[in-house]
Amino acid sequence: MWQWFHKLGSPKWFFDFATRLMPWLAWSTLVLLAVGLVWGLLFAPPDYQQGNSYRIIFIHVPVAYLAQSIYVAMAVAGAVGLVWRMKMADTFIAAIAPVGAALTFLALFTGAVWGKPTWGTWWVWDARLTSMLLLLFLYFGVMALRAAIEDREAAARSVAVLTLIGVVNIPIIKYSVDWWNTLHQPASIKLTSAPAMPPEMFLPLLVMILGFHLLVGWLALARMRNEILERERRTRWVQRWIAQQAGE
Amino acid sequence: MNPKRKKRLLLVGGLVCGLSLAVGLSLMALRDNINLFYTPSDIAAGLAPEERNIRAGGLVEDGSVKRDPASLRVDFMITDMESTVPVVYEGILPDLFREGQGVVALGTMVEGVFHARQVLARHDEEYMPPEVADALERAERLRAVRESGDGEQQDGAGSYRSSSDNGSGYNSAYSSGYGDSDSTDDGDEYKGSAE
Repeated sequence: MWQWFHKLGSPKWFFDFATRLMPWLAWSTLVLLAVGLVWGLLFAPPDYQQGNSYRIIFIHVPVAYLAQSIYVAMAVAGAVGLVWRMKMADTFIAAIAPVGAALTFLALFTGAVWGKPTWGTWWVWDARLTSMLLLLFLYFGVMALRAAIEDREAAARSVAVLTLIGVVNIPIIKYSVDWWNTLHQPASIKLTSAPAMPPEMFLPLLVMILGFHLLVGWLALARMRNEILERERRTRWVQRWIAQQAGE
Repeated sequence: MNPKRKKRLLLVGGLVCGLSLAVGLSLMALRDNINLFYTPSDIAAGLAPEERNIRAGGLVEDGSVKRDPASLRVDFMITDMESTVPVVYEGILPDLFREGQGVVALGTMVEGVFHARQVLARHDEEYMPPEVADALERAERLRAVRESGDGEQQDGAGSYRSSSDNGSGYNSAYSSGYGDSDSTDDGDEYKGSAE
């Protein structure tokens, strides 16, 4: 009885929760990204070696972080979906995969744009860049697999397995610069030590990282709401909600 | 947890662990192939094939860059503080190329000389404003002068640094060497040498 309620009740609860949370996320995202961009691009000092071209770090690092953490989140949702057969876990994967793919592409693109003036090349097949490209293909795989399987339950299970397989790539991306010699430099920001940059560069970067996290949170909620509406379109609460929207 | 879920949880955990193990082992086996470049020590030890396309990476040795005034030919040495390899290159170098900088060159080893077709610059993970870099360099020079003149005032540079510190822990990152670092295992050695 409780499970029955849980299954049917949770998308609706999540939908209402997302509706309430989204404006807050939207505003804080806007503020943080605006502050971070202006601070990072206009006020942070130039780098002693790279001059102004290092400023792409304010986009590159946040999107590269999120590209990886979104995949980890997808894999966790995949495990939850497989073990507990939770519908919302699959809703989350369906909603977030394109966002992750877009951010991975952005990380690769900004990296190439950055690499040209500093390294002297757009692309090199070193371990970091190659494993990041693999991450992009994994996102594409997750999206394609879902689209290829008609039955929703079967699609959810296959996609969950794929997210778990792909998650092995994440530590490889993270430690590629330590395990092998690569053109890409090691991480500047580590949890275990002080950042390898002064606060006047690090703080705007932190603001951008936070801002991008909130942006992804907002995107996830917005896309999950749509996904819920589509999946639950035959339920009474969704039809009531639609009627309500139309009446306004 | 009900037994069905427990079984599925074990299955999922087993899948991820087994897969990590398999991938980990294959990567270990492919270790040498995944490295982007050979270090000068590798080349000295004969690990790099002769007359085949390889990449060599290291720091450009101080005082080793000789430019040919009549052409774009540049001669320099790359080093990992253990071995050095002479490099010949004809072409345009990246902006970050300078003595003490990490570079990765693509080319072939011919009779002990590396003929490069492409030279890429590495940069380290440290960022700092130009003023700080200048101040650090001045402190470094000051210390070098003092060390050669009077050994007792060695801590002069140290106190200079702490006075230029803006309060947070990033100073430790600076003092660990601003020249360049490398992601090879002996990267710490480079840093030590830049001190």
